[in-house]
Amino acid sequence: MRKSKRSNWTRSLRKWIERNLPMNHLFPDTMPVYVDSYVYLFGVLTIAAFVWIIISGVVLTIFGPEWWHVSPVGHFFNSLHFWSVQAFFFFMILHLWAQFWMAAWRGGRHWTWITGWLLFLVSIVTAFTGYLSQNNFDSQWIGVQGKDAMNSVGISGFFNLLNFGQMYSLHIIVLPLCVTFLIAVHVLLVRIHGVVEPIGAEEFAPDSQDVSNMTSPETKQ
Amino acid sequence: MRIQDEILQTRPYPNDRFPQIPYDLIREITLAILGIGILVVVLAFGLSSPDVPALTAKQVAQQDPELLVQTELNALTYQSAIAQYGPPYNNQSGSLQALGSFSPQKWAGIQFPIDTAKDYVLHPLSLFESMNPAIKSAIAEWEHASAHQQQVWATNLQKLLPHAHFSSGLMVLPSNANVGPLGTISNVYLELARTGLLEAAIDRVDGPTAVTNRTTSLLFLENQADTDYASQLNMLGNEWGVIKETGNYPGAVWLWFYSLLYQIPPYNTSSAADLMVILTVIGVTLILIFLPFIPGLRDIPRWVGLYKVIWRRYYKKYSVKNG
Repeated sequence: MRKSKRSNWTRSLRKWIERNLPMNHLFPDTMPVYVDSYVYLFGVLTIAAFVWIIISGVVLTIFGPEWWHVSPVGHFFNSLHFWSVQAFFFFMILHLWAQFWMAAWRGGRHWTWITGWLLFLVSIVTAFTGYLSQNNFDSQWIGVQGKDAMNSVGISGFFNLLNFGQMYSLHIIVLPLCVTFLIAVHVLLVRIHGVVEPIGAEEFAPDSQDVSNMTSPETKQ
Repeated sequence: MRIQDEILQTRPYPNDRFPQIPYDLIREITLAILGIGILVVVLAFGLSSPDVPALTAKQVAQQDPELLVQTELNALTYQSAIAQYGPPYNNQSGSLQALGSFSPQKWAGIQFPIDTAKDYVLHPLSLFESMNPAIKSAIAEWEHASAHQQQVWATNLQKLLPHAHFSSGLMVLPSNANVGPLGTISNVYLELARTGLLEAAIDRVDGPTAVTNRTTSLLFLENQADTDYASQLNMLGNEWGVIKETGNYPGAVWLWFYSLLYQIPPYNTSSAADLMVILTVIGVTLILIFLPFIPGLRDIPRWVGLYKVIWRRYYKKYSVKNG
């Protein structure tokens, strides 16, 4: 039987994943010893806040954009959404600053940094469309004030802040999908490249090694 | 042969060069979700969230009828901010922003044509003709008058307006006031606004389908009325308005840099402030995104040394020279 020389995309993808992102890197049960600071919690807390944004946002979406203005339960879910967004940006900005001061783009991790920034920018637009979807004075004022900036760069034709239908559909479908996708890419890049090493210690070569209470890399293979 | 192809060849993993400590990813994310959940539920119960209703023409007609008549008169005589705005609403230049010959606003052209006299005053009033026949002859008189005559009437009303008396929501002018049909037009306009139907009439809502685009009616009150209301709520642009929320709630504070630019020269004195701010923000953002490739800027963390605090236990424990 003649052997096919045609490449197999499925096998190629599987081998790429196996080589670059084996399951023990995707779901680690150990961390390098330098991962020893509360700074490392900011990223996971951002994702946790995003989970609550989605949960509260889905409930608000199910009942429609007017519900929270007339129902105490709806208003509670709006409050949940509001404070989840505040928590999301609070921890995201702390995470961003921390990664800056750690120069976390080192060791070929520039795409992790770039996707993090894209995530921040798309999140800002997502929150902005949320403010514009409120159907109250806040959205009215932000819309008429913000239109000047959009008009000045000529993009009102396809991003009209005063068009509730456009802002709402962007806010509840398109942009959350973009944020979710970018979070997935960002986290996968973190797992592929591993956690950035301390500055000046890119190779583990301490003067004195104290490896008590530690697990060697081999044990997790 | 095939089996050999399938043998796993994992890429060398940078983190494997270091000793490891136990870690539980799933436990961490679960606890984080629970912790943030408790935090936001407590905040939502304890502090609620802001929801100040939108400003309506009905409110303005009831609380400040003079302002509504002034807004209507400005629209009718093409003196309003929108009438003078320029692209994307018309071909004027009142709010046209350009840096030299660079003007994306001009290049984009008129995308939402608005004729303020027709869209905000004459057409909404014409919908009201069957309920108030007097408006039909008033509109006809206005439309058939010369531009000079219209200007005389408008100027006279403009002078009388600050002294006008409002009774039962209607404007009362001296009997010898030479304002032509503008007295009737303004009073029927006040009536229409008080019904709460003015915005729907402006947006030409004449069917049962949902209205999802209120661009035209939202622009009607955008100048004086909205600004007065926002001023009462301390939400003006020169008061960092874009990052504020109604009430004492945190707003979009993550836009602090964008809002900061509007407070400082040369932005706060430029007629192209929005364009300059947007271009500056785009420039700064691009620098930050591509920071890993910019010598000097990418070395700031090394120079400042805050990382020594973050990894202090590692440096101390292993006597590693920190940078």
